[in-house]
Amino acid sequence: MNTRIVEIWVGIFIAAGAAALFMLAMKVSNLATYTNDEGYTITAKFEDASGLKERSPVAMAGVRLGRVTDIRFDNLTLEAIVTMRIESKYNTLPKDTSASIYTAGLLGEKYVGLEPGGDEASLKQGDRIKLTQGSMVLEKLIGQFVSQFLSDDSSDKAK
Amino acid sequence: MLDPIQNLGKSGLRFFERLGRACILFARILGGLHTLIPRLGLVIYQTYSVGVLSLLIIVVSGLFVGMVLALQGYNTLVDFGAEESLGILVALSLVRELGPVVSALLFAGRAGSALTAEIGLMKATEQLSAMEMMAIDPVHRVMAPRFVAGFFAMPLLAAIFSAVGVLGGYFVAVGVVGVDEGAFWSQMQDAVDLRDDIYNGVIKSVVFGVVVTWIAIFEGSDAIPTSEGVSRATTRTVVHSALAILGLDFVLTALMFGEI
Amino acid sequence: MADNNILVKTRDLSFKRGDRVIFDGVDIDIRRGSVTAIMGPSGTGKTTLLRLIGGQLKPDKGSVIVDGENVHELRRSQLYQLRKRMGMLFQNGALLTDLNVYDNVAFPLREHTNLSENLIHKLVLMKLEAVGLRGARNLMPSELSGGMARRVALARAIALDPMMIMYDEPFTGQDPISMGVLVRLIRLLNDALGLTSIIVSHDIQDTLSIADEIYLLAGGKVVAKGSGDELKQSSSEWAQQFLKGQPDGPVPFHFPAEDYADDLLDGKPGRAQTRM
Ligand SMILES: Nc1ncnc2c1ncn2[C@@H]1O[C@H](COP(=O)(O)OP(=O)(O)OP(=O)(O)O)[C@@H](O)[C@H]1O
Ligand SMILES: [Mg+2]
Repeated sequence: MNTRIVEIWVGIFIAAGAAALFMLAMKVSNLATYTNDEGYTITAKFEDASGLKERSPVAMAGVRLGRVTDIRFDNLTLEAIVTMRIESKYNTLPKDTSASIYTAGLLGEKYVGLEPGGDEASLKQGDRIKLTQGSMVLEKLIGQFVSQFLSDDSSDKAK
Repeated sequence: MLDPIQNLGKSGLRFFERLGRACILFARILGGLHTLIPRLGLVIYQTYSVGVLSLLIIVVSGLFVGMVLALQGYNTLVDFGAEESLGILVALSLVRELGPVVSALLFAGRAGSALTAEIGLMKATEQLSAMEMMAIDPVHRVMAPRFVAGFFAMPLLAAIFSAVGVLGGYFVAVGVVGVDEGAFWSQMQDAVDLRDDIYNGVIKSVVFGVVVTWIAIFEGSDAIPTSEGVSRATTRTVVHSALAILGLDFVLTALMFGEI
Repeated sequence: MADNNILVKTRDLSFKRGDRVIFDGVDIDIRRGSVTAIMGPSGTGKTTLLRLIGGQLKPDKGSVIVDGENVHELRRSQLYQLRKRMGMLFQNGALLTDLNVYDNVAFPLREHTNLSENLIHKLVLMKLEAVGLRGARNLMPSELSGGMARRVALARAIALDPMMIMYDEPFTGQDPISMGVLVRLIRLLNDALGLTSIIVSHDIQDTLSIADEIYLLAGGKVVAKGSGDELKQSSSEWAQQFLKGQPDGPVPFHFPAEDYADDLLDGKPGRAQTRM
């Protein structure tokens, strides 16, 4: 076999492999929409974060603003602390924005939906969203309203 | 009669003996990598024979696997009105599992068996001995270039498999069953993560490439130097590679994607 | 090294294949610059002896000293350095089947030297001319006859101008003409380049004509040694039987086996071959 032809073929092969990897990165995965900027993180406490995962979307008005980066359990309040990273271009979210956990479609993923409040000041790195509504679990739906106020009270007192 | 127990003990010993030899060979190949720098031509030639020659089967299989995934996925998803998620299904199955695993299985059958047969025959015809007597270490001259070629070719083949598979899925989803093109791509991009899915898939295929090439080279160099010995070694390469790929896939998947 | 005159020295060399003893205390001295022949019945271990000298097999006991170095105590890299100075012609040629004749002969040159392709070209053609196969340089090994392949292998073995060459049955498969050429070539190479040659051969006439010293191996031991004339004169039954090719004598024609009559009467029959 002619060395030149072998070399040409190997070159084509490596180029094809690189093109495939490039396509997987740019067209198939979220690299194209993946902004390098770190954005800012905000947290919210939910009484029930079931169904929510890391990387679940965070959206307002149907537009994705960021993703969930961390879900933890708070030993003190016995609630879930959800950390979200919001892209830095969305920097005008009012301080009293509220967060709820919704389901996309009938069987879709859980996501965090934000509803704007009326505050002049906007959310910054490390801020906490105070008004939250956890996952809708029917059995708990009724008790939810009661405990909501209680938890808000206690977190206000803690400050 | 102690025979069955003795046999068991014997084959156990043989297994560890072979494992030991395989590890020594692996270490010697790694130790000989630096000798490849002036022999880059050999690596290129071997990349041709393990990579380029496997290209056709990889592309054709990838295309069909992607198309079947889209067709099957559509039939299931459409019942839930979720056919727009078809892109997610196709891409995630390919990138995480089918791309690395199926292409590694094909690679073992296409390139691994050829490697074993080639090295086994070189041993049977005393070519390896002759090299040793010419003061040329066959581990450096014959095995190391093949190992490096397998190491590089496998991830590229797996990536080509996944990419072609996604395209095949796209043709069926958008062209045949009429899923909205924008939804197909945007849902896919939303769900497939570069680090979690693509990188991990590539890591899997690197591991498979190393293991398959290692098994193939070892079986060849450890073959009984007769025509029957070489043919058995070739069969063993395919069987052991397939078992190793599937077993390792489980372990790697559990490590990478496992929820606590 | 007291005896600088000896290039290869084996002492008390013993080697077993499984339970079968191939060598049992073999002492051989090969003088520098000489042509030494190793003769013996088929299956006595002549090829095995060459592999022991080349360090490809490890003896169970005893030592092999080549040029003052104990072959089996060297580290791998040292052994490879030593092997650069040894040429070996394999019994079946052992050409690299994916290279053509030219590249086979050029192979050790390309691997071990930094010579320009131009110079390599000249060297390869010279070596091929010496074995009469310059015209066959573009053939692949699969296109050669057994005798031709062995001559190419010879050209390859002398490519690096080693200090010693081990020939494993170089004359088998050669017609009388190329046989005569080969015999003279081996002698010529040996004397002109100051090589040391070890020849394994069954061909009594030709071997006697070029060998300075002959070792006769049988049953794992050296049974006779000396120059051709000495052997012819020798009173050793082994030597007489071997040189004259008589079927009866101390050298057994048969591979060790149980008694023939017993075997015929109550030996276990083999099974019918169904595998091929
Ligand atoms: N790989 C092996 N495994 C087991 N036994 C072997 C092996 N190779 C050779 N033998 C045995 O070792 C003995 C010596 O073999 P060797 O090839 O050295 O003989 P030889 O003297 O070169 O014979 P010939 O003149 O026929 O070439 C033989 O009896 C053979 O049965
Ligand atoms: Mg022999």
